[in-house]
Amino acid sequence: MLDSLLALGGLGTEVGRKDRDGLSIRHSVEWEGRSLLKALVKKSALCGEQVHILGCEVSEEEFREGFDSQINNRLVYHDFFRDPLNWSKTGEALPGGPLGALRAMCKRTDLGPVTIALDSLSWLLLHLPCTTLCQTLHAVSHQDSCPGDGSPVGKVHVLGLLHEELHGPGPMGALSSLAQTEVTLGGTVGQASARILCRRPRQRPTDQTQWFSILPDFSLDLQEGPSIESQARTRKCSLGSGKRGENKSCGGWG
Amino acid sequence: MFPELNNLLNTTPDKAEQGTLTLLCDSKTDGSFLVHHFLSFYLKANCKVCFVALIQSFSHYNIVGQKLGVNLTMARERGQLVFLEGLKSAVDVFFRAQEKPHPLQFLREANAGNLKPLFEFVREALKPVDSGEAGWTYPVLLVDDLSVLLSLGLGAVAVLDFIHYCRVTVCWELKGNIVVLVHDSGDVEDEENDILLNGLSHQSHLILRAEGLATGFCRDVHGQLRILWRRPSQSTSQRDQSLTYQYKIQDRSVSFFAKGMSPAVL
Repeated sequence: MLDSLLALGGLGTEVGRKDRDGLSIRHSVEWEGRSLLKALVKKSALCGEQVHILGCEVSEEEFREGFDSQINNRLVYHDFFRDPLNWSKTGEALPGGPLGALRAMCKRTDLGPVTIALDSLSWLLLHLPCTTLCQTLHAVSHQDSCPGDGSPVGKVHVLGLLHEELHGPGPMGALSSLAQTEVTLGGTVGQASARILCRRPRQRPTDQTQWFSILPDFSLDLQEGPSIESQARTRKCSLGSGKRGENKSCGGWG
Repeated sequence: MFPELNNLLNTTPDKAEQGTLTLLCDSKTDGSFLVHHFLSFYLKANCKVCFVALIQSFSHYNIVGQKLGVNLTMARERGQLVFLEGLKSAVDVFFRAQEKPHPLQFLREANAGNLKPLFEFVREALKPVDSGEAGWTYPVLLVDDLSVLLSLGLGAVAVLDFIHYCRVTVCWELKGNIVVLVHDSGDVEDEENDILLNGLSHQSHLILRAEGLATGFCRDVHGQLRILWRRPSQSTSQRDQSLTYQYKIQDRSVSFFAKGMSPAVL
């Protein structure tokens, strides 16, 4: 299931049909999701899509780290990390801020497929009214540069990173209603899992869990379940080792 | 600094990682010993330190610092330490004319806006000086503590924005480090503090959380310390690591031991 998410190029490619896909990655302090976001970005780039990154939380260098030149050449990084609020007043800050950049993407004229990665949705949600953000995301996802004439329009995939501890049920629910796919990260000792909730029009929702790890080059390694080693560590922690030494946290953080 | 804590963190003043944000958090206990540790740690590492001290006076930190082997007065005189004494300078905001915005200017404003003046103070304090100054290794910002800013009327997003800009300047541009303390009151209705704590947690490379014992006061065990290393943007092959130790604070040191392994009960 997670692998099919990575094959974004295969999602709905009928000619003349408006193709859109929203995906939110809900992660936590212990189970971070930026690496999964980068894995999805890499896959989109390898599929030939242009990828726009709205970078609000990490520097461009940090985000591009781990990608080879083939990937990096397809990434357009909109830097809202250095001066998101225009405090420097040097004129270098991008006009309109992140919201302006999102709205500009609604007016794009090229017809090729594009992926828009929001790093992060949480930053946008903290700084913008929820309704404004949702309306803009809806407009980005439903952009139609050739209305009514049946000619092919470019696919738009929107990926958003959400820090699930930061927001209340209202904004989370509003964003959930916009996303076709929600990926919630979790796991056990040393092993990450993704719970994938997928809602497609005229289809029954699907809910699956996939164990995975992200390799250093941000390729995805899918697994059947927790490794034997991590299961053994889980049992050892719950029983207690009886030895003087470190205690490893076996549960969630905090 | 506390050598045992350095051992747990696998670090020393001469080989500390740069460009990191460390979050100190305390819940149902006093985590200020961590602040004193990092203050002495980075002074001994020959770093240029900007200390935004909003909770205690300079003399308090100096007295504790001397127990840990650092002299804050001398550090300030030789330009290694820039110390913003919040308790004293807050009075200046109201009773002294300022040529330029005071770092704590938000105290005067009816609608507490942002911490841009405080950020500019930090940036000015830690900017590299080309000549005439001893070669400090790298800059460090220390804040004790951020929760008090919420109590003074600022919103959590304003504090997060301040730390964001500090990360850009101190961590990214100058390859320095930031250490901040946030309290976790455990109050489920304190949404602003939760936003601040969780927001900073997502940005941090290292989280040290001091917690009181669930069973209450103990003479020989003063609390437990959870350590979480994070790699916010790296692959999961470098999995985050979490450790938990109990500790006892003594006059000039802190001893750490595994749960239930206090020397008093063995």
